[in-house]
This record gives sequence, structure tokens and C-alpha cells, in this order.
Amino acid sequence: MRGTSLNRRLAAGALAGALALGLTACGGDDDDGAASGGEGGGTLVFAGSADPVILDGSLVSDGESTRVINQIFEGLVRSEEGGTEIEPALAESWEASPDGLQWTFTLREGVTFHDGEPFDAEAVCFNFERWYNFTGVLQSPAVSYYWGTVMGGFAANEDPAMGQSLYTGCEASDEHTAVITLSRPSSAFLSALAMPAFTMASPAALTEFQADAVSGTGESPSFDGTFGYEHPVGTGPFQFESWERGSEVRLSKYEEYWDEPAQVDELIFTVIPDGPARRQALESGEIDGYDLVDPADVDLLESAGFQMLRRPAFNVAYIGFQQNYPPFDNLQIRQAIAHAIDFDNLIRTNYPEGAVRATQFMPPELFGWAEDVTTYDYDPDRARELIAESGVTDLTLPFWYPTDVSRPYMPDAQANWELMAADLEAVGFTIEPNTAPWNPDYLDATQTGGTPMFLLGWNGDFGDPDNFIGTFFQDVNPQFGSFNNPEIFAKLDEAEQETDEDARTALYQEANRMIMDFLPGIPYVHSEPAIAFREGVDGFVPDPLSNESFATVTVD
Amino acid sequence: MSLSEIEAATESEQVEQAAGNLRREAWRRLRRDPVAIVGFCLIAFFVLVALLAPLLAPYAPDAQPGRGMITPTNIPGPSAQHWFGLDASGRDELSRVIHGARQSLLVGVVSMLLGMIGGLTLGVLAGAFGGTVDSVVMRIVDVMLSIPGLLMAIAIAALLGASLTSVMIAIAIVNVPVFARLLRGQMLAQRGSDYVLAARSLGVRRRSIVFGHILPNSISPVIVQATLTLATAIIEAAALSFLGLGSADPRVPEWGRMLADTQRYLASAPHLALFPGLAIVVAALGFTMLGERLREAIDPKYRR
Amino acid sequence: MLKFVIRRLLLLVPILFGLSVLLFVWLRALPGGPAQALLGERATADSVARIEELYGLNEPWYVQYWKFVSAAVQLDFGNSAHTNRPVTEEMLRTFPATIELAVAALVFAIGIGIPLGYFAARKYGSWLDNLSVSGSLLGVAVPVFFLAYILKYVFSVRLGWFPTHGRDDPRMDAEHPTGLYVLDGILTGNLEASWDALVHLVLPAVALGSIPLAIIVRITRASVLDVVHEDYVRTAEAKGLWERTITRRHVLRNALLPVVTVIGLQAGLLFSGAILTETVFAFDGVGQFIYEAISTRDYAVLQGFILVIAAMYVVVNLLVDVSYGLIDPRVRVR
Repeated sequence: MRGTSLNRRLAAGALAGALALGLTACGGDDDDGAASGGEGGGTLVFAGSADPVILDGSLVSDGESTRVINQIFEGLVRSEEGGTEIEPALAESWEASPDGLQWTFTLREGVTFHDGEPFDAEAVCFNFERWYNFTGVLQSPAVSYYWGTVMGGFAANEDPAMGQSLYTGCEASDEHTAVITLSRPSSAFLSALAMPAFTMASPAALTEFQADAVSGTGESPSFDGTFGYEHPVGTGPFQFESWERGSEVRLSKYEEYWDEPAQVDELIFTVIPDGPARRQALESGEIDGYDLVDPADVDLLESAGFQMLRRPAFNVAYIGFQQNYPPFDNLQIRQAIAHAIDFDNLIRTNYPEGAVRATQFMPPELFGWAEDVTTYDYDPDRARELIAESGVTDLTLPFWYPTDVSRPYMPDAQANWELMAADLEAVGFTIEPNTAPWNPDYLDATQTGGTPMFLLGWNGDFGDPDNFIGTFFQDVNPQFGSFNNPEIFAKLDEAEQETDEDARTALYQEANRMIMDFLPGIPYVHSEPAIAFREGVDGFVPDPLSNESFATVTVD
Repeated sequence: MSLSEIEAATESEQVEQAAGNLRREAWRRLRRDPVAIVGFCLIAFFVLVALLAPLLAPYAPDAQPGRGMITPTNIPGPSAQHWFGLDASGRDELSRVIHGARQSLLVGVVSMLLGMIGGLTLGVLAGAFGGTVDSVVMRIVDVMLSIPGLLMAIAIAALLGASLTSVMIAIAIVNVPVFARLLRGQMLAQRGSDYVLAARSLGVRRRSIVFGHILPNSISPVIVQATLTLATAIIEAAALSFLGLGSADPRVPEWGRMLADTQRYLASAPHLALFPGLAIVVAALGFTMLGERLREAIDPKYRR
Repeated sequence: MLKFVIRRLLLLVPILFGLSVLLFVWLRALPGGPAQALLGERATADSVARIEELYGLNEPWYVQYWKFVSAAVQLDFGNSAHTNRPVTEEMLRTFPATIELAVAALVFAIGIGIPLGYFAARKYGSWLDNLSVSGSLLGVAVPVFFLAYILKYVFSVRLGWFPTHGRDDPRMDAEHPTGLYVLDGILTGNLEASWDALVHLVLPAVALGSIPLAIIVRITRASVLDVVHEDYVRTAEAKGLWERTITRRHVLRNALLPVVTVIGLQAGLLFSGAILTETVFAFDGVGQFIYEAISTRDYAVLQGFILVIAAMYVVVNLLVDVSYGLIDPRVRVR
């Protein structure tokens, strides 16, 4: 989900042709769970680490909210099970006009919302118009982050820094045909529509329960309507029953679902903030499964007979440098740091099986990944040489790590930090420890350039290199301080606008090589986050983007 | 938080007549009391370990003798070579626990001393002047006591930012009202005593009465309270760093933080929680045992 | 008697006043000032201005203070920056949980502590006495969070007798009219839910109850020892009264007075301990919420919760005072 950059707008220059790219499906252990469970019924209890913020996809960007939203709501399209390729959902088919500005979606017939309202083209346009016409607090990146990044603007922008919206209008040309007009061609548009932020809600419920009633401030919005708290109504396989704040969300099977109905009758998402407590709850049978299994628990659970499913590693963890702070402006110092740390030891010590050493800022599954980038092996002597050559005398490194966080790419930031600090001190650096709670302090500090050297990472939102290196290095980005390399910026611009698939791949490979020579940061690991289920739960297919559906899951 | 809060309330009435000739008697009792002796030995052990940590510890606290041997699911427990096992980064747990004693002793002593100085100042002010000064000081003390200790420490640590210094200041402030009440009670009790009345009738100035007579005679209960406060300060410091309000440098071995950091490994490597936890218990127990017996020895009311 | 109660109530005024000043100053002393504290560090200049307008932070300090106090009196503490919900609502959700936990801890501490202290005193110098004395020393020296770890490791992780965390089984579909889960089960006739909640309470309550237990044992023992040596008990014994009658009529009644006081004074300790216990057991109460508020720098929550907890603590102490005055007329005179 949302990783680091709050304000980046996904510039949308490339043509729709680029979209067909994506990942080949990597790994569900159970390929076809839906078909295996004949009996159905029962209750599934799944534990997350925090309460959802609100059950309205357009207003959130956190994984705890979207996990629930993905069960209740659906979008026009979705990414295939276990992969990132786009496939039909509420829209049966779609067609872009030759200039890429008109998208005609042919909608599935016979779909009804949980409140009995029909799903039709009017409903599609109602939803798009709702988002497009967000005002005030609702435009804040803390609220409608994904609309902001994908569309780049609203009908009436509150922030003058925003541009014209990519979306400009929607027309219901007949009951089952919706035509969406864009202001410019975009490669991001269709795959973006698969994100939970663009799922369809019942217009009647949105209106009746005042989904747009909001007060407070952009950073601390307060939703005053009851739609997202008590009446989230979508078309998905599960419908909302109740939400006990801080404790659990209950969903029930939606019998009139247009596709294969859900296997279980009841789905409960419970909140257990503490990782070990989640494991123990699974062991004691209180829950049937949970997300973000701690690497320390993987063997323990596997040997006790629990199933361990792994999401394909669609992420990267890295050390970032803000080059306006010396000595990080010095390339030799950055290289020395890269050579000084034994990342293989770190991955073995702190990461679960399946984690691989990263050589660049995007996972190898993604097109544009380059085999032959410059790599930096563990070599303390080389590090010492580089330090000597650099002539830098003040070897103090203010090095930041976050607390209160476990991310798929960084299960324990402090443990990573400790090993890195020890290795760096071994070659002669002095480490100055700095820390802040992940949300909001740490994220803010890294984004605004207050952290000279820091630990961070990124989870992919959709299957395009633009979502990785484009996000980091296409423009001046305060996260990397005064890092300003027009050649890299130009290369990434060029790649984004290229329409030919092969040429685009080559351009991104070129960019990756340039980035790893220039070393604005050190990517070090791609990790496979694990999800655990007890024996007897089948049919869950891990999704690289974490947008799993529980409809296919069966319990015994 | 612990005893200190309750005791503050009942202290002034209960620990009153403990002075002069009683002291020799108290010392005699103490020397024969097995609980006090065990307490003293635990304290001596703790202080020695803290002072001699670099000599006693087999490794530096940040050395990684287990480098390369560790994976998240395999953290070796106690062995002949590593008595307390290795931690999740491959460091020697025994060495870290030993070095942790330094932090603990430092935080305990400094915060106790700061709290005592602050409390004694307020207590002397209230006790010596009485009247309005007394009421104002005592209302301040009441307000401070109305916030549960740990919550107060958290609020102060939030104000000062996470560091060892703010932990010490936070604990010191929590202990200020305890000492203030204690001393004020002592002084009030002695103000009416014969020798003070006598001194006053002889025209001795208030300052020399306070510093020459009342304060020295109040010192025993203060020592008792200081010993008990050391125990609670060690626990409180561990609690604050357990809650993530301790030092920003995770390489500094602090018992509370070591406990918190190993929460993830409770099932697979329980030794990582056990040893720092036991270390806190040993240190706190020593001061508690000695403090309690000291109190009983000094104050006849507590005897039996 | 009335005069005594009124005098005690009047004593509350300066305390609450001092408390409000302290919190008022605290919020303003936080790094970045109150608006930043309420909004978090990513606040834009624009929303800082808006919040300052909203809370009147640009007005003179006495106006600000007045607004702060009148909002607090109306229990309006603003919104949690973390959950976006009114702080008052979060209090209504979390306080019953912690009250239930604290009551359970006290029941445990009293239920074990008073008999233990009593028998230790009656069998002065016996193994039971020595055990209870050393146990109460140990009880004070063992940090609550370490004890919680041990209990959790032994009884949940190893033996699997008790659940590891939380207040109820997520599968349990129960209504919660009061938020006290055990009571709710009884009220709604759902005894299964009551039992489930009770099982979840055991370990946290034992951990949290350990400190009051140690203190109650000690005080009970000491005051029983005092009373046993009083003349009237000796007289009663000499008269040949049955031991049980002596116990009931004389010893316990007189010995329990100091114990009552001490129990009243536990309220603050219990809140401190709850922060640690709830963190270990992921028990969704005030402690856990405050812990989260610390790590997310949710100062609106901290401010409101500290004020309310302190006020509750003061009131509890007052009730103890008053009830003590009711039981023992001598107290009223002082």
C-alpha cells in the first residue's frame, strides 16, 4: 500500500499500450481454491494489526482498511488472482478511443448492491463524480491519497500546486455503458482502477449516510457521516454486519453475489496489535489466520503444522541519503557505506526465508530490472580505502530508524539498524542514533528532508517500474535531499513516455544502471511477507499487491 | 508504580520518632537480620557488577560473537560458552545484562538523588515556614500525587523526548512529592518536640534550628525512603524504557528495553526475556529488602 | 459528618485547579507548541492556523485557559489524532475495560491478600508467615511487565490454559451495554460470553494484582499483629471465646481499617500498572490506548486521559477518606 511519497503525483504521460505489461503470476500455493471447497459455510476469523480507519476505499490508503474494503467493495477492474495483470470485475469489457481519451466500460448485468440498489452506469458515474468533486479536507493527501496521485487534481483544486485532473467526466450512455473522459492519455489509468481506492459504493447509501460529511483538518480529518462506519454498501462477496471499534469487523456472505458466492458464511476481522499475540491467537485457535507473520515465528508455526503462504516480494527496503547533509554528498562515502555493511548477514539474521538481496530499487520480477547494475559486495577493506580516498574527516553519520512499525520489507527496523551500525563503526564511521515513531513523525521527517541517513522501503501499488524508481527518482525529491541528477530525471521521463514495450524496458534498465552508479540510496532486500493459516483453511491466494479476496477461502 | 505512593500518604504519621539513641540499637538489629543481610549482599553484588562491568563481561556489549549463526528462528540459548545465550543480533546476552547494570545503577542513583534533593527542599520550605508556604507547597504536592506515577513520568518524558536523561528527570520528579511529604511530616512532628521548644526559648534562630536539629534528626526515615526509592526507580526506569521512552540508541544495553525488544522472541527464545527480567528483580529486591528492614529497625512501629 | 465531607470536597478545588494549570502548561511546553502537538509534525502552516483559530490559541493566555477549562468541564477534549474520533468516545470505550481489569485485580489481591496476611499474623514466625513476608517483598520487586511475561509464557504459550491477549474471543457474538464484559454477559443472559470474558481476565488481573497483593498482605499482617496484642483481644481469649468469634468480632474488624485505606490508595498504582499489563496482554483498555497515544504522539488523547484519570484518582481518594471517616469517627476531628 502507501509507502513513502505523500505528494507525488503519478504523472500520466505514457500511452495505454504500456499497460498490458505486468507480472506473471507468481505463486499461489493453492491455485484454484474456490473449486476445491465444496462444502462451504462456517466462520473465518482473520487478525490484522490495527483497526481500519474507515470503510470507504476513496478515503484511505492503509492496508488494514483496504483488507476489509476489498471484501465489501469491487472496482470496475481488478488485478488477476496472485498477479498484477488487469482483468474484468464489475466491467465486463472496456475499450479506449484511439486518442486514449475516451474509455468505454461495458458493465456486468444483474449486479446489485447489498442494499438492493442496482449497479449500473449511473452508479459508476455517481462514484467518479463524487471523488472528482471532493472539496476541502477530502482533497487532503491524508484522505484521498490515491485519487490525488493517480488523477493529479480535482474539479476545483484546494491546493494550487495540484494540476488538472486526469479524469474530467463520466457519462452513462446507457444502463450498462459508462464512458469516462480523460484530459490526457495515461498508462496508469486502467491499472490504477484496480486499486481499492476506486471501488464502487451504492449511491443511495453514500447519500443517505453522508459519506462526504467531514470536519477537522487535512492531517486530522473527522468523518461525521455513518457510511464508512456503519453502512458501507458495495457489491462484493461479503456484506457489512457490524464494527466494534478497536476490536472487530463482522461481515457476512452476500447471497446475491454476481459471481461464485463466498464460501464462508461469516468473516470476522479482529484486531491484535502485537505480533506475538497474533501468533499465539492462531496457536490457541482463537483466529484462523493472520497477516504479517514475524520472521521469528515462521519456523515455529510451520513445524507446529500451520500453513505459511508467502506473498511474492513486490517491495524493496533501502537506506536513503539526503545529500544536502555532508558527508552524504560524497559519492565515495556512499560507496564506502555500501561496502561496509554485510547485507547477506543482515538478511540471514533478520529476514524470513525467501528474502533476497536487492541490487536495485525494484524487484527482479518487474520489467526494466537490469541484471548488470553495479553491485556493492561486503568488503570492509574496500570501504576503508574509499573513506581514505574521499578525504572526508568528519565520519559521523546521523542515522535514523523508525519505531513502532513492522513492514513487509522491514520486519524489525531497529534490528536492521543495529547490525548496520555495528558494521559501519567497524570501518571507522561514528553512528549518531536517531529515532521517531513511524507514523506520523518518522514518515514526515524522511519526506521533508530532516533525516540525513535513514531506513525506509516501498511496497508496490501496481505493476509498473514507474511505481518504484519513477516514484523515487523522476524529479527532485526531498526524501533524497538535494539529490538532483538531470540525466536520471530525463531518462525516467523518457521511459514513462515511451510506447514501445521493449524500448521502455531498455530505458528503465538504463535508468537502473545509472541510479546504482550514482547511489542516492542503497537498496538491500526484497522480502516475501508471510500469511499464516491454520490447517483446514484453504483457498487463500496471496496477492503481490495485498488485495486478496476472502471469497474463495473455505474452513473445515 | 509502587510502594512509594502509598507510603507517602502514611509515612508522615508512621515514621516519626526515629532518632538519636535509637540508631545504635537499630544498627545492632540490622546486623542480625538475615533479610537485611541478604538485601545488602544483593545490593553489593549489583553495585560491584555495575562498577566492574568491563572487567566481568566476557564481551563488549556491542560485540557480535554469534555473527552469522543467527536467523530469526534460531537464536541459541544458554551454553557453556554463552551462559545467557545470544541475542537476536548475535551478541552475548550475559555481557549485555552485565553492562545493563551500569545503566540501571546510574539511572537509579541519579533520579533518586535528584528526587530527594527536590523533595527535601520543598519539605524543608513547608516544614520550616508553615502557614501559607506550607499550604501552597502541600497543594503542589497533592497535585503531583494526583497523577499516577507512571503516567506522570510518561508525560514528562514526552515533554523532554526519549533519552536516558529524560528518564532520570521524569523519575526524579515523580519522587519529589514523596520526599517532600516525608520531610514535612518529620519536621512538623519535631517542631513540637521538647528539644526544639527548648532551643527556641533560648532564642536560637530558625535556620539553625532547622539545619542544626530538625534535619539531622529526620535523616533516618529519609535514608529508608531513599533505599526504597532506589528499588522503585530501577523498576520505573525499566518500565519507561520498556515503553520506548528510554535512550534512542538501541545499542546501549538497558534491561527494560532488552525485555521489550525480545517480546517477539518470547516463544522461540524465552531466555532473552528471562535474564534481563531477573536482573531487574535482583537489583530491586536488594534495595527493597534492605530498605524494609532498615525501616523496621529504625521505627519500632514496624517491628515484629 | 457533613462538615467533614464538605471540607474534603473543598480540598478538591485547589487540586483540580493545579492539575488543569499543569496540563495547560504541559501542552504548551511540548515541542512545536500545542497546535503542532494536536496535529502532529506534518501539520501545514495553514492547518496550524486553522487549529489555532479553532482552539483560540492566538488569544491571550487567560482566555485560552478559560476555554481549556470550560471545554474540559464539558468533557470536550477534541479528537484523537490517531483514530480521528472524539477523545470522549475513546474514553467510553476504554475505561470500562480497565475498570473491569482493575476490579478483577483488586478482587484477586484482596481475596488472597487478606486471608494470607491474617493467617501469617496468627501463625507468627511459621513457614507460612515467612513465605508471605518474603513473597510480599518479592511482589514489590518484580516489575509488572516481567511478571506478565512470565505468566503469559507459562500459562498461555506453554500450557495453553488461558488466552494470550484481548478481552474476548473474536467469535463470541455478545452485546456490550455497559462495556464491562463479564457483567454484560450476565445482564444479557449470555453466560458463555461472561465466562469467556472472565477467562481472558485471569492472567492480566493476576499480573496487575501482584503489587496490591504484596501490599495488602503486609498491611493486613501488620495490623492483625497490632490488634492481636491489644488488651481486648487478650481479654476475649482469656474469657475463652471461640477463636472464630474472636476473629470475626474483634480482630478482623479492627485490623481491616488500615487495609481499607491502602486499598483505596491502590487506584493510582493500578492505573500505572494497567499501562504495562495491558500492553503485554494487548488488552484493549486505557493502558493500551495510552501506550498507543505515546507512540503516535497523540497529545489530545494524553491530555484528556491524564486529566480524567487524575480526577478519578482524587475522587477515589476522597471516597476512601469519607468512608474512613464514617467507620472511624476519630478521623473526622483531624
